[in-house]
Amino acid sequence: MATDKTPGPSLSGGAAGPHGGQSAVDTDVGSQQVTESSAGSREKPPVNAQVRPGRFREFWSYFVENRGAVVGLVVFVTFVLIALFADILAPHSPTEQYRSALLQPPAWQDGGTRQFLLGTDAVGRDLLSRLIHGARYSFFIGVIVVVIAASSGVMIGLIAGFARGWVDTLIMRLMDILLAFPSLLLALVMVAILGPSLINAMIAIAIVLQPHYVRLTRAAVLQELPRDYVTSARVVGAGPLRLMFVTVLPNCLAPIIVQAALSFSTAILDAAALGFLGLGAQPPTPEWGTMLADSREFVLRAWWVVTFPGIAILVNVLAINLMGDGLRDALDPKLKRS
Amino acid sequence: MPLLDVRNLSVDFKTSNGQFRAVDRVDVQVDVGDVLAIVGESGSGKSVSMLAVMGLLPWTASITADSMRFDGLDLATAEPRQRRAIIGKDVAMIFQEPMSSLNPCFTVGFQLREALKAHLPLSRRERQRRAVELLEQVGLPEPERRLNAFPHQLSGGMCQRVMIAMAIACKPKLLIADEPTTALDVTIQAQILELLLELQKNTGMALVLITHDMGVVAETARRVSVQYAGQKVEEQEVQALFANPHHPYTSALLAALPERATTRRLPSIPGVVPGQFDRPAGCLFSPRCAFADDRCRQVNPAMAAAELGHARCHYPLIQGIPQREVS
Amino acid sequence: MLSFMLRRLGTFIPTFIGVSIVSFLFIRLLPGDPILLMAGERGMSDERYAQLMTQFGFDKPLLTQYWDYITGILRGDLGISFKTKRPVWDEFFALFPATLELSLCAIVFAVLLGIPSGIIAAVNRGKWPDQMLMSTALVGYSMPIFWWALLLIILFSGLLGWTPVSGRISLMYFFPTESGFMLIDSLRSGQSGAFASAVQHLILPTIVLGTIPLAVIARQTRSAMLEVLSEDYVRTARAKGLSPLRVNGLHALRNALIPVITVIGLSVGTLMAGAILTETIFSWPGIGKWMVEGIGSRDYTAVQGGLLMIAVIVMVVNLVVDVLYGLINPKIRR
Repeated sequence: MATDKTPGPSLSGGAAGPHGGQSAVDTDVGSQQVTESSAGSREKPPVNAQVRPGRFREFWSYFVENRGAVVGLVVFVTFVLIALFADILAPHSPTEQYRSALLQPPAWQDGGTRQFLLGTDAVGRDLLSRLIHGARYSFFIGVIVVVIAASSGVMIGLIAGFARGWVDTLIMRLMDILLAFPSLLLALVMVAILGPSLINAMIAIAIVLQPHYVRLTRAAVLQELPRDYVTSARVVGAGPLRLMFVTVLPNCLAPIIVQAALSFSTAILDAAALGFLGLGAQPPTPEWGTMLADSREFVLRAWWVVTFPGIAILVNVLAINLMGDGLRDALDPKLKRS
Repeated sequence: MPLLDVRNLSVDFKTSNGQFRAVDRVDVQVDVGDVLAIVGESGSGKSVSMLAVMGLLPWTASITADSMRFDGLDLATAEPRQRRAIIGKDVAMIFQEPMSSLNPCFTVGFQLREALKAHLPLSRRERQRRAVELLEQVGLPEPERRLNAFPHQLSGGMCQRVMIAMAIACKPKLLIADEPTTALDVTIQAQILELLLELQKNTGMALVLITHDMGVVAETARRVSVQYAGQKVEEQEVQALFANPHHPYTSALLAALPERATTRRLPSIPGVVPGQFDRPAGCLFSPRCAFADDRCRQVNPAMAAAELGHARCHYPLIQGIPQREVS
Repeated sequence: MLSFMLRRLGTFIPTFIGVSIVSFLFIRLLPGDPILLMAGERGMSDERYAQLMTQFGFDKPLLTQYWDYITGILRGDLGISFKTKRPVWDEFFALFPATLELSLCAIVFAVLLGIPSGIIAAVNRGKWPDQMLMSTALVGYSMPIFWWALLLIILFSGLLGWTPVSGRISLMYFFPTESGFMLIDSLRSGQSGAFASAVQHLILPTIVLGTIPLAVIARQTRSAMLEVLSEDYVRTARAKGLSPLRVNGLHALRNALIPVITVIGLSVGTLMAGAILTETIFSWPGIGKWMVEGIGSRDYTAVQGGLLMIAVIVMVVNLVVDVLYGLINPKIRR
C-alpha cells in the first residue's frame, strides 16, 4: 500500500517541483540529522568527494539494488516479448484441435510427445501454443485496464482536489460507494449487465480499480497545493489547467506510478477470475483464466491442463508485483534505507 | 579510572551511496560525578557517539572502538544480556523529543514502573510508591493523577520531566542528556536544565549534556568537548575554553554568542558542516575557517597537546592568534 | 470520541443510500426487459407477464419503485427470488452462516500466521528469515486463488487423499442445522466423526480463502513494525535495558497493530470477493456460490439482494473497524 504521499524524485524532467535542483537525502540518525548539502556554492570543489548521482540515475540505482525488482522486470519484459512474437514462437495454432491427441501429457511424461511439449487439452489443442498466445491477452488486459482506470481516475482526482467544496464531496462519496462493493463482486455484476465478454470484463475491472487513483491523486494534490512552488506558480499567473498538469501533477506521480504497477497485476488476476467464472473471455479464446475454467473437470485426471495456465498467471502477476515493490521503494523517499 | 572511557570510537552508516562516517576517532572520558558538555552543530555526530555507547544505533550503523568501557565493563564486547543489565540502570539517557520518546499507547505510570521492574527487585506496591516519589522529585504536581495519564495528555515540558524521572528511576551513575531542551519552550528550557543540575548535585551522578547551545554549556558544564563533522576538535575545562579557545571553530562558535558580540551584527560561521559528498581533503573545517591556508586544505591535522585543548588544528589559537610557528 | 463516531455515521448513511441506489439500478440497467430476461426462453402468456410486472412493481414510476425498494429493505424485504419463489432475505440468511464460518476461519488462519510472520521479518530485517517470509508473502499476494484451490485439490485430495473435494460435511452425517455453523452443529449433533468431517471439509477452503489476507497482513505487519521500530519511544524502551522480546513484542507491536487491525478489517471485502471463487470451486453452499449461480441462472432479484447485503456487511465491518481504531488508538480516544 503506498500510503505515503510524499512525492519522490519526479520522473518528468521539466517539473518545476520542490525537488528541482538539490534534493538532500536525509539520513535520519536518532535525533540528529546528518544532512548532506550540495557542494555547488563553495569556491573550491571538494577533492576526492563522491559525486551526487542524478535524479533518474538515483532512482535507477535504488531500483537495481532491489534484486527482486530486477528479476521481476526481466520476467515481465520476457512476457511482453512473448506476447509480441506469439505468432512466431508458438509451435501450433492456439485453436487448432488435434483429434488424435486428446489430453496428451507433457513431453517428459509417459505418453507425451515432442510435438506437444506441454501436452494437449481435452479437445487436443497444444497447451504451449495456447499459453504463449494467452500472454498476449494478459498483457493487453493489463495495459487497457490501467490506461482507462489511471487516466480517468487521475483526471477525476485532480478535479476533486482542485475544486474542493461540494464537487469534491460528491466525487469522494461516489468513490466511497464504489469501494463499498468487493471488487470482484462489482465486476461480476457489471459483466452481468454488460454481457460476458473480455472487453466488458476489462471495462468492469477498470471501473472497479479507478476509485483508488481518484483517492490517491486527490490526496497528493491536497498535499502539494499549499506548497510554496504552487503558490509561486499562481503568483506568476499560471492558469488552472497549467497548475493541474504542469505544476502539480508531476509531483504527484510517484504514488500513481506505483498504483499503476499494482493495478496492472490486479487487472490480470481479476480478468482471469472472471474468465474462470465464465464471465470473462469466452472459449476458445486462449485466455489463461478461461483455460483454467475449461480444465476444471480434469483436475484429478490431467494435472498439466490445470497447472500450466495457473503458473503462467502466477509468474506474470508475481513479476509485476516484484517490479511494483521495487518502484515503490525507489520512488518513495520515506521508505528508503533509514 | 574514569566511569566512562571511550577511546578511538568511529561510527559508520551504510547509505545507498556508500559508507558515511558520522563519528571519526573520538575519545570520551567521564569521571564519577563529572559534568561534560558535548557541543557541536547539527551533523557533528555528537548524539551518535553517545547512542553508540548506549547501543541504540539503528542496524545500518557499524561501530569500531579501541575500548568502550563503562564502570569496568567493555560495552563493545559484552554480551547483550550483560549490556542490558547496565543500560537503563547505571547509564540512562534522555532525548531531544520528549513527546515522541514516550510510548503513546501506554500510560506514564506503566512506562515508569516498567523501568523500575526491569532492574530493581521491588514489589508492585513499592514500584507504585517509588513512581510517585520520582514524579515528585522531577517536580510534577499531582503525581498520582499523572501516572494514569497518556503521554499525549501532557505538555512537552511535562513529558521531559517524565523522561527524566524514568532515567533516574534506578539511580544511575551516568545520565546522558541528548539536547534535552531543544524541543521545548524557552521558559521551560531553563527549568529543565535547572532540574537536571539539581538532580546531578543531589545524587552525585555524572552528567553528559549534548547540546548545540554554548549558552547552556556556560551555565552547566564543568568540561566541554567540541565536535565538528564527527571529529572532536577541542576539549577543555569550561572556564578555560571560554577564556581561551584553541580551535578556530570553538572560537567562531563563541563569537556567535549574543553576549559576546562585539559588533552590531552577530557574526556567524559561513557555510555548513560538510556531508557525505563534500568532505574536504585536509582539515574538515578548512572551507569555513578564517585562518585556513593551503596546508589546512590538504593535510589532515593531528591533535595538539593537552595544554592546547587537544585542538585538531595545524595552527591552534592562543588568545585568538593562530600559532603558525608552533608546528 | 463521540463526535468522531457521529462524523463516521455521517458518511455511512449517504454511502448506504448510494449503495442501495446502485443495487436498485442494477435490475433496471439490464439490457432488455428484466422479466423477460429472467423468464429465459420459456416465454409466457400476456396475463402472466402483466401479473409479474405488478408483482415486481416495474409498472410504477421509477421514484416510487425506489421508495418501495428502500422501505422494503428497512423492513427486511428484499423481494422474491425469481427461481425459488422464496424471499431473498430468507435465502440470504440461510446461506450466510456458511460464508461467515468460512470467512472467520480464513481470517483467524491469516491473523495467526500473518502477524508473527510480519514481526519475525521486521525484526530480522534484510536477513534470510525476512527474505524468505516476504518472498512467500509476495507469492501468496500474487496468487490466483482459483488456481491455488485446484492445485491444493490435486495435491491433498487427489494425490494424498487427505481432504474431501467439496461440500461442508460428509453425506454420511445428517442432522438439523441450528446455528448454521457446521462446526457447532456437528458438535451438538453428538454423532461421532461429524465434527472431524466438518473440520476436514473446512481445511482447504480456509487455506485458499485465507491466503491473500495472510500475505497482506504479513506484509502490513512488517512495514508497520519497521516504521514503529524507528520511533523514538522504541529507542526509549531499549534505553531502559528491556529485553528484545519486550521491546518488539510489547512496545513496538502495540503501536504497529493499529494499522494492522485496519488492514484486517478492510480485508473483509477481499474475503467476500474471494468467497465467490472459493465457494464456487469447493461447492461450498454460501453467499458467493449463490451469487454466481444467481448470475448464471439470471435470478436477478437474488443477485440484487446479495449485492446490497454484501455491500452493507462490508460497510458495517468498516464502520466497526473505524470505531475500534479509535478505541485502540489512545490519541483519538480522548
